[in-house]
Amino acid sequence: MADAMAPPARQMGAIAWLRKHFFNTWYDAIFSIIFAVLIFWGLQALIGWAFVNAIWRVENKNQCTHDAGACWAVIESRGRLILFGLYPYEEQWRSTLACFAVIITIALSCLPRFWSIRRLPLLWVVGFGAFVLLMRGGFAGLPLVTSEKWGGLSLTIFIFSGVFVIGMPLAVVFALARRSSLPVIAKSTGFFIDIVRSLPLLTILFAAAVIVPLLVPEWLQGSKLMRVVVAFAVFFAAYQAEIIRAGLQSTPDGQAEAASALGMPYWSLVVDILLPQAFRNTLPSTINQAVITFKETSIVTIIGFFEVMASGNAAIGTGEWGNQYIEVYVFLALIYFVFVFGLSRYGAWLEKRMRLGHA
Amino acid sequence: MAACTTRWFWTDHTFGAAFDVAPNHFGDRFMSQLFASQKFRRTTLQVGFAIAAALLIVSIILTGQRNIADQGIATGFGFLERTTGWPMNFSVIEVSGRSTYARVLWAGLLNTMLVGFLTLVFATILGLLLALMRVSSNTLMKLVGTIYVEVFRNVPVILQVFFWYAILTHLPSPKQAYSIADGIYLSNRGLMFPAPSFSGNDLLLLALAFVALCIGIWASRDRFTATRRWVGAAAIFGVLCAVLLATGREADVPLISSPALKGLRFVGGISLKPEFSALLIGLVLFGASYIGEIIRGGLLSVDRGKLEAGTALGLSSFQINRLIRIPLAFRAMLPSLTNQYVWLMKGTTVGIAIGYPDYFAVVSTSINQSGQTMELMTLLMGGFIVINYSIGFAMNMLNERIKLKGRS
Repeated sequence: MADAMAPPARQMGAIAWLRKHFFNTWYDAIFSIIFAVLIFWGLQALIGWAFVNAIWRVENKNQCTHDAGACWAVIESRGRLILFGLYPYEEQWRSTLACFAVIITIALSCLPRFWSIRRLPLLWVVGFGAFVLLMRGGFAGLPLVTSEKWGGLSLTIFIFSGVFVIGMPLAVVFALARRSSLPVIAKSTGFFIDIVRSLPLLTILFAAAVIVPLLVPEWLQGSKLMRVVVAFAVFFAAYQAEIIRAGLQSTPDGQAEAASALGMPYWSLVVDILLPQAFRNTLPSTINQAVITFKETSIVTIIGFFEVMASGNAAIGTGEWGNQYIEVYVFLALIYFVFVFGLSRYGAWLEKRMRLGHA
Repeated sequence: MAACTTRWFWTDHTFGAAFDVAPNHFGDRFMSQLFASQKFRRTTLQVGFAIAAALLIVSIILTGQRNIADQGIATGFGFLERTTGWPMNFSVIEVSGRSTYARVLWAGLLNTMLVGFLTLVFATILGLLLALMRVSSNTLMKLVGTIYVEVFRNVPVILQVFFWYAILTHLPSPKQAYSIADGIYLSNRGLMFPAPSFSGNDLLLLALAFVALCIGIWASRDRFTATRRWVGAAAIFGVLCAVLLATGREADVPLISSPALKGLRFVGGISLKPEFSALLIGLVLFGASYIGEIIRGGLLSVDRGKLEAGTALGLSSFQINRLIRIPLAFRAMLPSLTNQYVWLMKGTTVGIAIGYPDYFAVVSTSINQSGQTMELMTLLMGGFIVINYSIGFAMNMLNERIKLKGRS
């Protein structure tokens, strides 16, 4: 009996692997070399700028020369402004705690244990309520801090979670109304959703901040922040409603028919049968929408709110640290990146899991 | 429900009940049938909804009119004829403080369309490159593509625009401008480069020549082969341009104007202002990451069996890509691509943050200056709805053209 032959060198082993992934054809080889050089240069420049040549601490800010590398001292000096805005210095622990309340809420709602039509809203109301109470204070010896003083990352998180808490129920109402069998209600909701979707978010927020005071009696106006959050929530709901509608349409008609044959009332049908399935089927798109919403909170900078983007701009706007704009923008980008990348990775993982039929 | 109604009706009309049921019997049946009837309930609900919505809209309009009248501002679109009194720092058409509101708003709309159109073109090209990198078998290319997409997609577009704007405005002043090539300068006032100097008339003639040419190509589509038509068309267009430029030009204007330093700034040529460039760069780099993912999704959605069938038929990999993969992928990704295009067009509004006078920026300045809030908001929303529906319309036409014919 002959000995087993060694595997052909061209198809297995390290050389074959290299050949397959880097030198498949002659142009592949050229691209590989070009990209290897690019990656090497890029990494070298990045590490050199951000770590090797970086200045971490300075006694006075004139020591920050711009050419050598990053001057991270700006973050040490202005970090609190970026994270907390104009929130009173002694109370900033409350702002930190409040942010953690919402972050924990987000983390908990990623657990399948909380995916029920009763637990999830409860979780968010509790988390958001804790955030507002901590930020606002005015009880148990905590000094009152009104929303005009809120700023930085905590304002970003407030807007995001406020939009989510108001927008999600609104989205359910929009989706149900659009699928209603009453043509007047279905058509007018559809028209409204389409109009909102075809307008830029900025114009809607601008209208809420500037135009609504002209059109609505004074007792209904609320603060500017309230109006903007509600308008943002309507915008979010118009997009989310279409996602939920897709989910509702993906449940077979037979289920609704069976429910009405059993004499189930409409609300029970919606709450117990349709919505759980609709949400579950559209979880990846919902997370994607949440990701987009988190990024778009940065737009409120333009209409004069002091959230993290604006406070970052303020940190370099004074002239003292005017040359450290790259460091500050990179810091802001990292803040957004941590939230957004984390959420979108989770969404991708969930999508994969659902395709395999778990979830 | 019906029983309840009956009881109520009877007790209310005890006299009738004791005396003679006949006349009330009719009313009872009528009412209970009415409330039991789904048609009646549905109609009431819808009429109620319509009335509530109408009342809401009317009350908003009335409050608005009263508040605006209190400020002493005349309603109506008459203000469009007035002059604005403020300049614009960037515009495709000529605009000054003496221009009317109508012209300034039009200039703003053109600015939005210019930056939006260029964004769509460049972001699609870059997105296609990224998608090809990410589906290639080369690990290094995949890696670079993936890092690019994750970095640029996960940072808000407004932050990216601020970043590029800061970079561009921290460049040296015109006196120390970088000279990239002869006549091309980069400074904190923007990128300057030489350009043919056209007057409005020249441009109009060129546009007319172009339109005539398109009609010619379209009309001759059955007579010649495609290559011949395009070569012929290019030749005719070149001759037309040369003739038009030679005869129609004003005498003392040079054909090409180059930027030159005069005092503290550059004169002549075309300058791309930092506001414009920063917005364009930010939107293109951000948009490309999304478009790249859409194109990649489309390419991956093509059924493997169809590609293998191509191989079995002896097609080359280039032919497989051109004849099977790209057409099928294009069909699959067109709807998401349309959404992304609309999104990017709306995304141009962040330009106001760095002072690019797009449509939204111009409208909001106009509201500040003239107080014609309602009219200007109507124009603003109308403008965006028209732009977005045109994109949707164009993409739907494309979709109709390329979709698989026959039974679906």
